[in-house]
Amino acid sequence: MTTDTDRRTLLKGAAAIGAVAAGAQLLPGTARYAQAQSSAPIKVGFQVHRTGIGAAYGRWYDRTTKAAASLINEAGGINGRPVEIVAEDDGTDPKRGAEVIEKFANLHECDVAFGTLFSHVVIGSAPRAGELKLPYFVVSEGHHVASGMLNRWTLQPGITDVRSQIQSMAPWISDNLGKKVTMVYPDFAFGHDHRKYFTEAIERLGGEVLEHIAIPPSETSFFKYLPKIPRETEVLYHVMVGPGVLTFVKEMGEYFGDSGPEIFGFIDSLEAVDIASPGLEFLEGSHFWEGYPRYAGEDQSEHDAFYRAAVGVDDNGASLSDPKDVSTYAHMFGCWETLHILKAGMEAADYRGPQDRQALIEAVEAMDVFPESRAHPQGSKLFNGRTHQAFGHQHISRVEGGRLVPVHRTSIFDTVYEDQTDYTKTSF
Amino acid sequence: MTRSILLHGLVLAALVALEPVLSEYHHGNLARIMVLAVYAVGYNMLFGYTGLLSLGHAMFFAAGMYGCALLVRLAEWGVGPAFAAGVVCALAAGVVVGFLALRTIGVGFMIVTLMFAEAAHLGILYYNDYTRGDEGFTIPQAIRTVAGLDLSDTTTRYFAALALFAAALIASAAVVQSRTGRVLVAIRENEDRVRMLGFDPFRYKLFALVFSATMAGAAGAAYAVLFGYAGASFAEVQYSILPLLWVLLGGPGTTLGPLLGTVLMFYLIDYASGTIMPGLAALVEAQTGIAAPGLASAWLLMVGLALVLLVLFAPRGLLGVVRARMVPWLP
Repeated sequence: MTTDTDRRTLLKGAAAIGAVAAGAQLLPGTARYAQAQSSAPIKVGFQVHRTGIGAAYGRWYDRTTKAAASLINEAGGINGRPVEIVAEDDGTDPKRGAEVIEKFANLHECDVAFGTLFSHVVIGSAPRAGELKLPYFVVSEGHHVASGMLNRWTLQPGITDVRSQIQSMAPWISDNLGKKVTMVYPDFAFGHDHRKYFTEAIERLGGEVLEHIAIPPSETSFFKYLPKIPRETEVLYHVMVGPGVLTFVKEMGEYFGDSGPEIFGFIDSLEAVDIASPGLEFLEGSHFWEGYPRYAGEDQSEHDAFYRAAVGVDDNGASLSDPKDVSTYAHMFGCWETLHILKAGMEAADYRGPQDRQALIEAVEAMDVFPESRAHPQGSKLFNGRTHQAFGHQHISRVEGGRLVPVHRTSIFDTVYEDQTDYTKTSF
Repeated sequence: MTRSILLHGLVLAALVALEPVLSEYHHGNLARIMVLAVYAVGYNMLFGYTGLLSLGHAMFFAAGMYGCALLVRLAEWGVGPAFAAGVVCALAAGVVVGFLALRTIGVGFMIVTLMFAEAAHLGILYYNDYTRGDEGFTIPQAIRTVAGLDLSDTTTRYFAALALFAAALIASAAVVQSRTGRVLVAIRENEDRVRMLGFDPFRYKLFALVFSATMAGAAGAAYAVLFGYAGASFAEVQYSILPLLWVLLGGPGTTLGPLLGTVLMFYLIDYASGTIMPGLAALVEAQTGIAAPGLASAWLLMVGLALVLLVLFAPRGLLGVVRARMVPWLP
């Protein structure tokens, strides 16, 4: 639901995207910067999931971040200063995440903190970043930033949040797969977000969720839940995550055979997993949300080709050096885009050192449009400075021959919702 | 007794004296370490002195954390009363779990406590509408004040953590040097003989478990109000294993072992994950031209190696060795 004011702002933003897109092509590669007063590097503290449940994401977030930093440095750095990435493992643990934030600020003397994916690490770390007055740019896709739970020092400008992703799927599902949906989701916060926001969205479109089936996190077999799926279900919406997802898909295939409902899922379940893996055959013909299509199609943009080569990913979404090393393509672009926004923010604020951190936050809050470009290969985005959250296109792909083939790209307007907070009215 | 009082007084005085001289980084770390050391002090009472190995202590830490944080979030309590309520929650959990789990011994006790803790963890996830499940929630900086003191201020936080640690250490030292403490040690050494002497081991073990749970809850509640976050990860099994490691490293059955173990383990993880292993990976890459990202993340291997060496060469922990070889009066 978008207010009139919001919509006018967005329309202005959309017009601005078109107007400046061509110019933005020049941004990453050819910008020239004023001679800096200092040639000391700008230190970016990078919280990375090297260990713990997020390690697969962390590996690719790390590669993407290094590639973006290299590109920025090749083009002259930020305000004439090179960017230095200071990486620390957060163990995918909120306690360690907060400790790492402290380390960035007080030991490494980083200018900003950056990262990370898992929501609990972000939520556990953000209070300390706020206390330390350390700008904290997260790439988490959680709704925690825009919900108003965090603080003015925490922003998410480089990736859309889960609420907008979920609600933007509803129109296409309703129009193309069916209006009677059964949801299967893990019985914790991530799954509950899907339950809440998708149910609201599909009901607004005249559809209904026939059954909400919550799976306990410790579950290893799913057969006993499958008979709960009503016979009249037209669409099975699943967001299982973790190692159990392969079992879930296999058991779902054995249960339904050739006569199941349409199936729609979120690629979070299968990031870093080859879709052609044994056991996933039942997904053939099903659909997935993708933040950014894993497979390069015929209509691949110049920006995607550039980005894909820079981060070392082939046309199938796997590492150029190891085809079995599948990337987390739907999410990791957020690191690339966030670092470019950090660069733009620091240049707008004429950032010289920690004394300019507040000016940096205000400069990013003043941004409203990120046109599609090499800096933003996933697509154009609108940024809401009040909620510190970006909004952008989402993608739906169909599994065909063990590959994900894009079939739909949402409008940015499908992803927008009303403001839940205004960080610009809170103190630093 | 005098030497013991002097030793503990000196340790607390050293912690006070360190406050103005520590760098910002180590200052923040020590505040965090003292809160976690309170957890370890409690664990030591049960494991180190009484000989009961619990694999479910995270539930008590979480009981304190959520007992406090939920009252702040949902009932808008001040953090002072909420902290007290968190401690009471952990105490109550200790009584309930103690009455049930202490019917078992040895491996049975470990499994029963583990199962209770798993149920508590799943309960936090299940009641997501209140707890925000695995994501957890923050306690805003603006309301983290007690009697006009801002608990997010670094100096205030340091002294708040120190006050809590001092209270835990003094209480622990007082118990272990009392008649009750001697009975607890006797239970650890030979429970049947203690029973034969006319004591009721169940009562004493229940006391040790409730004391331990209360300390764990105080640490959990303090973490929530001092660092502004409550989350389900603190109820996971790894947070039941950590106090065991801290106590094993520092010296089970020594009053200062938990602090020493927590400090050493904190910095071992900090340097192994942030400096040593990434440095080793960079060195390998520089010498061979082969990237070794796996090596950078292999710090857990180093922590594991340290623990293996500890078990082989100092099974009584560092202060246990000191007591055996040099300072026999060490409490």
